[in-house]
Amino acid sequence: MSTSPILEVEALSLSTKSNQKLVQDVHFSLGRGESLGLVGESGSGKSLTLRSILGLLPSGVEQTGGSIRSDVSSAMVFQDPRGALDPLCTVVKQLAEVVYYRQKLSRKASRVAALELLELLGLPDSLKREDRYPSQLSGGQCQRVVIALALACKPGILLCDEPTTALDVTVQQQIIETITRLQRELGFAMVFVTHNLAIAATLCSKLCVMKQGRIVEHGDSLAILQNPQNPYTQMLINSVLPLPELEGSE
Amino acid sequence: MKMIGTEPRLYEEHLNPTLMNRILKIPSLLVGGAMFAVLIILAVSIPFISPYDPSEQNLSAFLQPPSAEHWLGTDQLGRDLFTRLIYAARTDLSIMVLAEIVPFCMGILLGMLAGYYGKWVDKIISLITDTFIAFPFYLIVIIVAFASGAGERGIYITFMLVGWIVFARVVRGLSASYRKQEWVASAQTLGLPGIRIILRHLLPNVLPQAVVVLMTDMVGLLVAIVTLGYLGIGIAPPTPDWGTMISDGQSFITTAWWLSAVPGFAVVYTGIALSLVGDGLADLWRKK
Repeated sequence: MSTSPILEVEALSLSTKSNQKLVQDVHFSLGRGESLGLVGESGSGKSLTLRSILGLLPSGVEQTGGSIRSDVSSAMVFQDPRGALDPLCTVVKQLAEVVYYRQKLSRKASRVAALELLELLGLPDSLKREDRYPSQLSGGQCQRVVIALALACKPGILLCDEPTTALDVTVQQQIIETITRLQRELGFAMVFVTHNLAIAATLCSKLCVMKQGRIVEHGDSLAILQNPQNPYTQMLINSVLPLPELEGSE
Repeated sequence: MKMIGTEPRLYEEHLNPTLMNRILKIPSLLVGGAMFAVLIILAVSIPFISPYDPSEQNLSAFLQPPSAEHWLGTDQLGRDLFTRLIYAARTDLSIMVLAEIVPFCMGILLGMLAGYYGKWVDKIISLITDTFIAFPFYLIVIIVAFASGAGERGIYITFMLVGWIVFARVVRGLSASYRKQEWVASAQTLGLPGIRIILRHLLPNVLPQAVVVLMTDMVGLLVAIVTLGYLGIGIAPPTPDWGTMISDGQSFITTAWWLSAVPGFAVVYTGIALSLVGDGLADLWRKK
């Protein structure tokens, strides 16, 4: 807690143009290398909060109050990996393009840097020889490309908008392992939005629980999991389904 | 954990058949393409096929019915109808293609700008397209053709003015819907310049649809060229043109009906060929 925060969200309020309040009075801050989880049910405003950091609000939604202050650049990892890639452009080309514009390298150097990123993300080597379209990659591979795109911006903060929701469980696990490893290696801070409390608790040291556009509880992940104060948090924890006991297996 | 392989394998969503294989599975594209190819081959090779000159008159052999010598007979000035028909295809088809180039590019560009940037850019471009749409198409065509003088030049000017509207409208709608997709937002947050997103990412995505529209629009353009020729404000005689051929043959409709019917059929034939190609291309890109 000695370093000053690199991202500070204060009293953030978002509303639709017809003045329906979507997010109210949201506070949080993020230090260098820290990771914060925003959890809550669908429609609780967690994704909107995240998007407002990038100024990526959908049309018709406005920031009506509060402030967002950030010293570093941020990049976003989207929920639907296939939807976040141009379907008619091959992936290495897309990656090299972002490197070219963000890192100001030559075209050749951009391609080399893009291939390094692919390797960092654990994408198959065959992409170096033969570039592929997003439709030729699996969902997990697409999400790795999307993360690579975000990292090509050398962000101080990685904003993750439910990056594992559209993937199946085993792939989820791999992506989370990848993100954890990259954060350790590259040291970026992270805001991770999910409705999955377990994922948030594994990845993040601090949690904010959101409900109906407000933060109802925040604190260290462990403390919240072990001793939830708010009834809604308790409900979220209890709603994690246990594996059913198999009939006949004594 | 079990290792399945040393390197994660790429997964193919579908086996990717070659382009040729996919084209062969679309009958409308094949038939339309073949019909159009026949026309093009004839138009290119007509000087070698026919011994006649399209505008050479032979008043001793006028209004002859089809024979081995004159496959489709001769017209009122004794010119070989088949030769004239194919030379007219040369004139009309080349004007049709040339007159579409500028409107096609301009319409796509303006449509993308309107759809991508929205707001006032969209308002201005939509205002212009809506104004043009409010007028009947042929009214504008005839007025502009008159004002700019009959002949080829008039046709080019007319279509530069009104031809882009169709493309702009289609592309604007498409771009606006792509604009809402995550990958455009993603490209923006990743810091790509707007013009780069439009030209390198939006353009390839809207182009297939625009080409399909191009095919149907060319049919309309061809009919317009022929109509202007028929009305006498299009291509000036003696350059062979289907429209003037139809109107020339009109006086002999009871005795030599084929004089008007044959060029009329040529227009219909070309129209069907282009529509089939357009339909086939739409199928081809949809299946992808």
